[in-house]
Amino acid sequence: MVNRIRAAARLVSLVTLLTVLVGVMPVYAEDERDAAFPTLNTSMSEQMPDDPVYWMLLFDEFEWQDQRDGDVLGWDAHAWIGTDMHRALLRAEGQREDGNTTENRLELLWAHPVAAYWDLVAGARMDTEPGPTRSYIGIGVQGLAPQWLHVEATAWAGERGQTAATLKLEYEVLLTNRLILTPKVETGIYGKDDTANEIGSGFSEMNAGLRLRYEIRREFAPYVGVEWTGKFGDTADLARSNDEAVRDAQLVAGLRFWF
Amino acid sequence: MHDTKGRVAPICNPITDPARRTFVRGLALGGITAGLGLWRNPAWAIDARDTPEILSGTEFDLRLGALPVNITGQPRLATLINDSLPGPTLRFRDGDTVTVRVTNNLAESGSIHWHGVLVPAAMDGVPGLSYDGICPGETFVYRFPIRQAGTYWYHSHSGLQEQTGIYGAIVIEPRTPDPVACDRDYVVMLSDWTDENPARVVAKLKKQSDYYNFGQRTAGDFLRDARRDGFVATVAERRMWGEMRMNPMDLADVSAYTYTYLLNGKPPAANWTGLFSPGERIRLRFINAGAMTIFDVRIPGLQMTVVGTDGQPVKPVAVDEFRISAGETFDVIVTPDQDQAYTLFAQSMDRSGFAAGTLAPRAGMRAVVPVPDRRVPLTMADMGHAMPADSGGAMDHSAHGEHAGHDMSAMQGNDAPAVITHAATEFGPGVDMRVDQPSTRLDDPGVGLRDNGRRVLTYADLESSFDDPDGREPGRTIELHVTGNMDRYMWSFDGIPMEEAGPIRLVHGERIRVVLVNDTMMDHPIHLHGLWSDLEDEAGAFKVRKHTINIKAGQKLSYRVAADAFGRWAYHCHLALHMAGIFRVVIVDRDGADAGGHGGHHHG
Repeated sequence: MVNRIRAAARLVSLVTLLTVLVGVMPVYAEDERDAAFPTLNTSMSEQMPDDPVYWMLLFDEFEWQDQRDGDVLGWDAHAWIGTDMHRALLRAEGQREDGNTTENRLELLWAHPVAAYWDLVAGARMDTEPGPTRSYIGIGVQGLAPQWLHVEATAWAGERGQTAATLKLEYEVLLTNRLILTPKVETGIYGKDDTANEIGSGFSEMNAGLRLRYEIRREFAPYVGVEWTGKFGDTADLARSNDEAVRDAQLVAGLRFWF
Repeated sequence: MHDTKGRVAPICNPITDPARRTFVRGLALGGITAGLGLWRNPAWAIDARDTPEILSGTEFDLRLGALPVNITGQPRLATLINDSLPGPTLRFRDGDTVTVRVTNNLAESGSIHWHGVLVPAAMDGVPGLSYDGICPGETFVYRFPIRQAGTYWYHSHSGLQEQTGIYGAIVIEPRTPDPVACDRDYVVMLSDWTDENPARVVAKLKKQSDYYNFGQRTAGDFLRDARRDGFVATVAERRMWGEMRMNPMDLADVSAYTYTYLLNGKPPAANWTGLFSPGERIRLRFINAGAMTIFDVRIPGLQMTVVGTDGQPVKPVAVDEFRISAGETFDVIVTPDQDQAYTLFAQSMDRSGFAAGTLAPRAGMRAVVPVPDRRVPLTMADMGHAMPADSGGAMDHSAHGEHAGHDMSAMQGNDAPAVITHAATEFGPGVDMRVDQPSTRLDDPGVGLRDNGRRVLTYADLESSFDDPDGREPGRTIELHVTGNMDRYMWSFDGIPMEEAGPIRLVHGERIRVVLVNDTMMDHPIHLHGLWSDLEDEAGAFKVRKHTINIKAGQKLSYRVAADAFGRWAYHCHLALHMAGIFRVVIVDRDGADAGGHGGHHHG
């Protein structure tokens, strides 16, 4: 009798155990699954932004130019702010002579990458010197052509039917990892005469520069160089009639710096 | 505190409790006071002992805090674990359940991730996936069972805190006696330190991606190569790279220009020393905790027997040198029998610098420290391109000190290049190259290590000392391409940002095959949380179990993953500045597998 009770008790405990196991095991798995997905108040992309906003201000050229009519301060700068795919871009080029700004061009563009090495740029340009202010809207590309050629090419449409195309090519030769030689060519083509701004229609002007910089830091590089300017076609005629040089070469010395 | 410029999302409530505010202010003062005392001494003088504190047992208390350190002669604020760089070494025991209380005394959200340790998903320590991170002044209690043995490590998964010092070693003792018997057992943790705010490092790379690369080929190199290989061949070789707008010297994004390489937290001059008696067997547990550095490790005069990688035992293989990518670990045995010092030498892959320490019979000894090897440019074979029949001559010359023939045999011998298709998303602005003929070349030591006269470990040498623990054939394949644009400093899988790609969904219990193709010209250590990565050989057979797999430029690798742990897991490149780009969330759940989301190409 006692044995039977014991056997029954054993059976009951075995059944209870099995019930508990059957009942509990899936619940346990459920718990394990749920515990693996805690509720979150933050997301991975919040925690680890992949594409934050960055900015840069670069004075590619900030220089003294030894021009025939005196010392000139010249600059060629650009600044950008934005994400990988959307950047606002400011380009500025100009000259000051005897306390007066003698050349000044500003471009405010939106830059959008369209290929691995190419950005589409679009925006506005304002030339406030040498003559009356001229405004343009424009579209173009900037990027890196094969063989490491830096390219900026833009087509412009301005007031009173003026049209223009500007092209800038730049290349870097590493003499050492800090001593860098930079040949550069810049040119412009205009649709119409703009005598007040000393522009004749057609292929107007070309600048070719060769600058040798030493990067004390990447951000801080003094340089020396030469810049050659040539005026062509109607623009050259305008320069001649103004008693200005058609061909000019000058020594430059300056600082390339960026933040 | 490093201003991480919003890289750690401010989800933590502003500190309104006055007591806590005082506490935090007090901490800041404490930091400054401690700093005054430390400024004259380098960080490693905090502790006269030559290794970080070792904590063992089942209960651990860790504090994340900001303290000044002096690695370079300039005091800088670091983020540290228990005021030590690296943090304490944690000794766990297989089978134990451990409790780790992590208190965040930083002024920003923090976290600790257990790299390579299989823990429940909620304990994995990835803010945004496992939990919300640890807010300033708060303590998070980690509790998890230990189900493995070996060498692992732990680090912050928040912002760039790992770069500024939040990392330490984990050694897990096996339950049964360790099959790798040894007389001495040292952790050798390699890392990189910069005095710059790491957020500034990223910003600089965004503005000029070769900012830190002062090892580029110059006009002088051109003349030297032209003299040696001929003008025409040299021009042809330069033209090929120029055509692609790729820099064959792009061997590391961040170099010794800003980095000081550390061995157990010490710069080479501080000479970390591990003592031995001649004839002893020494186990060295190498861990690469570098944020952006891949190291090539050797001990001149000593052969190393590799006995484990990523914590898992491998069949012993004797080598002179091995490459250790960020996040990987290698356990080696050395048996120095001479009464002399030996240099532990770990040069960075770009050869711009090195970490070094010493094994010596007595303290204060030092052996000759080698100079870093010459920089070797990448070759077209590294790029995985078909070699045009008419440019074979130029190819040979492109290999410089290395023999291009090695590459060619690797590519054409046992391992014919596969034809590969690239997703349409790989043709956008974020991708600067696509490898058309990737090769597996497991037996390739990699750029800079080929034919250097030393026996260099390759993945072909690594065989787990156990059989395939799962045994099932993978049910499906997920193919992912590592992509990037060096010039824009953008990184991704398949050219798609993580957010747009959505997660990779796996069904709990399934086993998949991951095929990785490296469409960049850099090595990337790809780390999967929570699940093992079982590397396969060229024939698709199980080779070696790892948690971080380094994929070389132009390489194609495959590995098996058993989705045996529920949760949201991080899957990413372990180079800290690539992580946000080369990142996927892997979700292991009961159902809902949509064949992997949009994250890759998927095959049956």
